[in-house]
Amino acid sequence: MGKIVAATGNEAVAEALRQINPDVCAAYPITPQTDMMQRFASFVSDGKVDTEIMLVESEHSAMSACIGASAGGGRVATATSGPGLALMWEMLYVASGMRLPIVMPVVNRSLSAPLNIHGDHSDAMGARDSGWIQLWSENAQEAYDNTIQAFRIGEHMDIRLPVMVCLDGFIISHSIERMEYLDDNVVKAFVREYKSLNPLLDVENPKSIGPLILPDLYHEYKRAQHEVMTKVKDVVLDVAEDFKKISGRSYGLFETYRLDDAEIAVVILNSAAGTAKDIVDEFREKGIKAGLLKPRLFRPFPYEEVAHALKNLKAVCIMDRADSFGGYGPLFMEVSSALYPLNDRPIMINKIYGLGGRDFMPQHAEIVLDELVEIVKTGKFKTIKEYIGVRE
Amino acid sequence: MMKKLSKMPESLKPVHFRFCPGCGHGILHRIIGEIIDELWVREKTIGFAPVGCAVFAYDYFNFDVIETAHGRSPAVATAMKRLLPDRLIFTYQGDGDLAAIGIAEIIHAANRGENFSVIFVNNATYGMTGGQMAPTTLIGQKTTTTTQGRDEKATGYPLKVSEMLATIDGVSLIWRTSLDLPKNVISTKEAIRKAFQYQLDGKGFSLIEVLSPCPTDWWMSPQEALSWMRKNMIPVFPLGVIKDKYSER
Repeated sequence: MGKIVAATGNEAVAEALRQINPDVCAAYPITPQTDMMQRFASFVSDGKVDTEIMLVESEHSAMSACIGASAGGGRVATATSGPGLALMWEMLYVASGMRLPIVMPVVNRSLSAPLNIHGDHSDAMGARDSGWIQLWSENAQEAYDNTIQAFRIGEHMDIRLPVMVCLDGFIISHSIERMEYLDDNVVKAFVREYKSLNPLLDVENPKSIGPLILPDLYHEYKRAQHEVMTKVKDVVLDVAEDFKKISGRSYGLFETYRLDDAEIAVVILNSAAGTAKDIVDEFREKGIKAGLLKPRLFRPFPYEEVAHALKNLKAVCIMDRADSFGGYGPLFMEVSSALYPLNDRPIMINKIYGLGGRDFMPQHAEIVLDELVEIVKTGKFKTIKEYIGVRE
Repeated sequence: MMKKLSKMPESLKPVHFRFCPGCGHGILHRIIGEIIDELWVREKTIGFAPVGCAVFAYDYFNFDVIETAHGRSPAVATAMKRLLPDRLIFTYQGDGDLAAIGIAEIIHAANRGENFSVIFVNNATYGMTGGQMAPTTLIGQKTTTTTQGRDEKATGYPLKVSEMLATIDGVSLIWRTSLDLPKNVISTKEAIRKAFQYQLDGKGFSLIEVLSPCPTDWWMSPQEALSWMRKNMIPVFPLGVIKDKYSER
């Protein structure tokens, strides 16, 4: 079943898109995503997919094209990075407000200024309120698996929402790793035939999508978006269960690593979680009960489940590869909101790391876990939010 | 001792260009540096760096440079020139920056007749991201997103931005040149000097389109790239003055 390959993150996600064979893809190059849609453009040229590809003039137009195709009743994908996602911002809200299940891999990249092409999470965190479901991926395998599952999640008849699949720019998009591809027919059967919901053009039953709605009903539309988000968690888990049957790989709302009996832990997204797991192992070898939680579903955020997973810790460091300047890191804000309702909560600190592609090194995880050990020992912490790995 | 006939313009930093072999950007940077020296305006020049291969303009130009978001230079330059009307302000934009993502900004800056100069580098591809189709890509030209050659039915025609902008009343000077031959390099210098002089004289919007080789993304040697330009690109994008509001009078 399937095959084992050496592939980059971009290559893996392009392969998933080839297997899914969407009706329409909009493509606009932006580093570090470029090579993903470029590979897909080759699949189109080589006749390996039936997709109508649109080489558009900007990301604003890319997402607009996706909206047009999805509203027209097609299965639609595109991909972007950093400033490209920022340029789509207006359209992101249109896509989710129209309940269009577009799938978009986001190869995470920092935002200007200063101009930087490398990976951090500022792009997707900036889009966290846009009404899109967000799945995050530690490596190429997870990016591939999440892309396939994203179609099932977004297209679920109870959901019908657009989905972002996040993977770290360059660190994952351009690194080759060992991974497993599923067979084409297995993926095809898993994602199923696309069923459109209320597509234009339906002459028997004409309708408008995204019309002007003023204070009389706009509020209700937004509440509907809020309500559908509350159903997403169950669908994500159902789809993950089905996916396990075809792949043998388990997915949840988040991944826990040696967390069950842990006293200290880090909460960390994407590729840096892989680095941090090694250091958790080292601390375990020293007899220190360290653990890790890696969110997968960031929107909607699984507050109760995260609180349950972290409730027995004595101290936890939430690590952000993005900053909300003047606030805490975005992941910290979610996790602290999750833990707030508990009577007894771990001490929480927030580290900002790896902006603009700054490497997250094993020693950074060591520093953080050492600090948590000290916090547990003394019951005191020096500061809630701090940058680490800074050149002074 | 031999007489020194040539030296680096003061408007360029004494550093090596990191462009690919056979790329036109180095020649163009040198021309711009020479003109700014010759016009004695280095101390009042502000350049606008694009997103694209010329993003590192600030590493080479020895005067103030601002980096803008992809395609937005004409809007940013409009405001800066209005605030600082005595400065020489030019944008340096590729075909991705100007003809694709930033097409709205350039049209409206031209329509307002803004008094700054635009250097528009056309190499018929998206260079920095690795040779994808640009709006200026020729019919049949192979790129990484049109691997069977550009098909006008799916992706349209090579966009002739200069001819399009020349229809706008607010425009003063539009001139297309090329870097394929020494004589064309010389006329490129003449064109840019004229554009800068128009700006200094308050004559309004000017754009110099420079056809420039990209051997790397055309999959050619530098020499083949120059022949390819002459054979394929110049017939689609003919050289010469396309509009000069002040010579018509």
